[in-house]
Amino acid sequence: MAPELVLNVVIAGLLTGLVYGLMALGLSVIFGVVRVVNFAHGEMMTIAMYAAVVLFAAYRLDPLLAVLPVAVAFFVFGYALQATLINPFITRPEHSQFMLLVAVALIMVNGLLMVFGPDARNVQVDYQLESFALGPLLFDKARVLAAATAVATSAALFAFFRLTLLGKAIRACADNHLGAQVVGLNVKRLYALTFGVGSACVAVAGCLMILLVDVTPVLGPAYTLLAFVIVIVGGLGSMPGALLGGVLIGVSEALAGLFIAPSAKSMFSFALLILVLLFRPQGLLGRRV
Amino acid sequence: MKDIVNPVSPTRRRLVQAGGAAAALSTLGFPAISRAQPARLRVGVLLPRSGFQGFIGQSCQKGADLAPEVIREMLGVDIELMNADTESNIDVARTRAERLIQEGAHVLVGPFDSGAAAAIAQVAEQRGVPFIINIAAAPQITEQGYKFVFRNFQTAPDIVRNGLALIGELFLATNTVPRTAVFMHVNDTFGQAMAKGIGAFMPRLTQLPFKIVDTISYDPAAKDLTVEVSKAKASNADFLLLVCRLQDSIILRREMVKQRWYPMGVVSPGSPGMYEEQFFKTLGKLSEYCISNVPWYNPNAPLTKVVERAFLKRNPQDRLVFHGLNVGFTFEAILVAADSFKRAKSVDPKVLTEAIRQTDIKDKMTLGGPIKFNDKGQVEGIGSACVQNLNMLPTVVLPAASATAKPVFPMPDYKRA
Repeated sequence: MAPELVLNVVIAGLLTGLVYGLMALGLSVIFGVVRVVNFAHGEMMTIAMYAAVVLFAAYRLDPLLAVLPVAVAFFVFGYALQATLINPFITRPEHSQFMLLVAVALIMVNGLLMVFGPDARNVQVDYQLESFALGPLLFDKARVLAAATAVATSAALFAFFRLTLLGKAIRACADNHLGAQVVGLNVKRLYALTFGVGSACVAVAGCLMILLVDVTPVLGPAYTLLAFVIVIVGGLGSMPGALLGGVLIGVSEALAGLFIAPSAKSMFSFALLILVLLFRPQGLLGRRV
Repeated sequence: MKDIVNPVSPTRRRLVQAGGAAAALSTLGFPAISRAQPARLRVGVLLPRSGFQGFIGQSCQKGADLAPEVIREMLGVDIELMNADTESNIDVARTRAERLIQEGAHVLVGPFDSGAAAAIAQVAEQRGVPFIINIAAAPQITEQGYKFVFRNFQTAPDIVRNGLALIGELFLATNTVPRTAVFMHVNDTFGQAMAKGIGAFMPRLTQLPFKIVDTISYDPAAKDLTVEVSKAKASNADFLLLVCRLQDSIILRREMVKQRWYPMGVVSPGSPGMYEEQFFKTLGKLSEYCISNVPWYNPNAPLTKVVERAFLKRNPQDRLVFHGLNVGFTFEAILVAADSFKRAKSVDPKVLTEAIRQTDIKDKMTLGGPIKFNDKGQVEGIGSACVQNLNMLPTVVLPAASATAKPVFPMPDYKRA
């Protein structure tokens, strides 16, 4: 097999994997702090993809620019969702949280079906079909821009959690819930902020993903599952782990498609998940509990 | 006092009693008559109106929707459509078929998908309700000895045989000799049946100048075909032989441009996708020159003119050429049901099924011989055409007798490679 073919496929997988990673980052952030698994994660991303489609159709707003308004809207939505609906469930058993968020996911999917119908939609930006070559390597412009934005967003998120007082306070909540309460942090507000940040994260991922794939209302569950696979491979609650998991899944799916069979791509990511669960259950960058 | 009323003379009370008796008779006696000569035929139409095959399902639905009006004028038969969405999902197709039968469908029609057709066929057979397939090509559906299943569409081997023969004609007509092809196909029931057909026929068709250098199967619901197209491009094949669906064909064509892969042509030996309106709408100029060798409709047939009028009345913004195959075969499936009902004068499933078996419709919309079912419930002799996307329209370019334009092969972009 020609080396440039393998390299081209790896690059495509890597670039897609970075967007996957950003999507999973939102899930990981929310779980790492709030300790609630967001089973409506993929559905939220699907809504963000539709938001980008609507903004493009109405104002010809490029999804790369739509990132900002959609992220802000999702931050507010996530904050409100946590403060009103999820907060009462935080101390309840996990199966109650699961049922709540699955119900939210179902409402989202059916709401999208009612509003947009079942058909696939996309955006046709000017650079949609453009690519540029570097020697024998070919780079899909939309994919490169999406991956670069995903990296920039991830970096901003890392900086927020490392460098700002608010980020440090949120991390304090994640590290020691009781301690955070003792020192006077408003934990409920910080939880809501975290859910807002995680939602904004998935909103950015949705705006980028619409550059790569067409959206349908039923896309959500597949992405929820994918986000789970990524964060479990990378380490639930670990931010670098989510990015690493995204890249690993993106590249391994691409290589499985190349060397085994294209229709076996998804199967390979689940095989990777089983291997990680067997040999490193806490995930590649997760902390052993 | 003597009763002056004649005991047999009509009084108001007796009239009321007689009327009551007549009414009672009507409720008891007429149902027997109405079972023998029912007022209308209830046709359960199963189509994938949503999901990844949603666009094609909706296109087929246009053929179903116009059928009652056209058939009432043609045959004087009243039809009640009972529409059900299979959601592009085989399990949903099965449960919807069950429900339609429970709700009183006399005959089932649909479902534009081999997997769904196989599932509905099982239900129809178990419940003893006739099922007329509009579009679905997997050969095994009519090879299982089913008594209630009929198909007015080519089987995958027929599609492949006709499709490959037309590819040979295409090369002759354009004086080209491609040596290699890469074969990409969806891995659903239809795609696998087509792949099997190509594997069986290619070695026998020695007059074809090309060899298949690589075969790549993919998920019809795939969201991204980067790897698949990379592999196909790396094969350095002269042209792409493609068995696709609609959504994946759009994704694939976009990906070909992104990866700067410009083969001599994209040729389907017989699959949906590239002649659909949505393909043109979504891809614009990129849809040009793609070729589909498929069972097609005859634009000059008298029935086509009738159907086209009804189609334009209902869909003034649409053009039949984008829906001709879907509308034609769906309409014909309902026509077969109505024609059989008219002859059977009954909705009894066995009588109706026997009438369907005796069908002989010569005035039809699609290419090929009359609609006559063989012992297996399969219509033979359905014709194919080589349909190329030219000037943003699916255009018949072969066989020469039905062609309205000359084929263009290789694609003009081929020079850029």
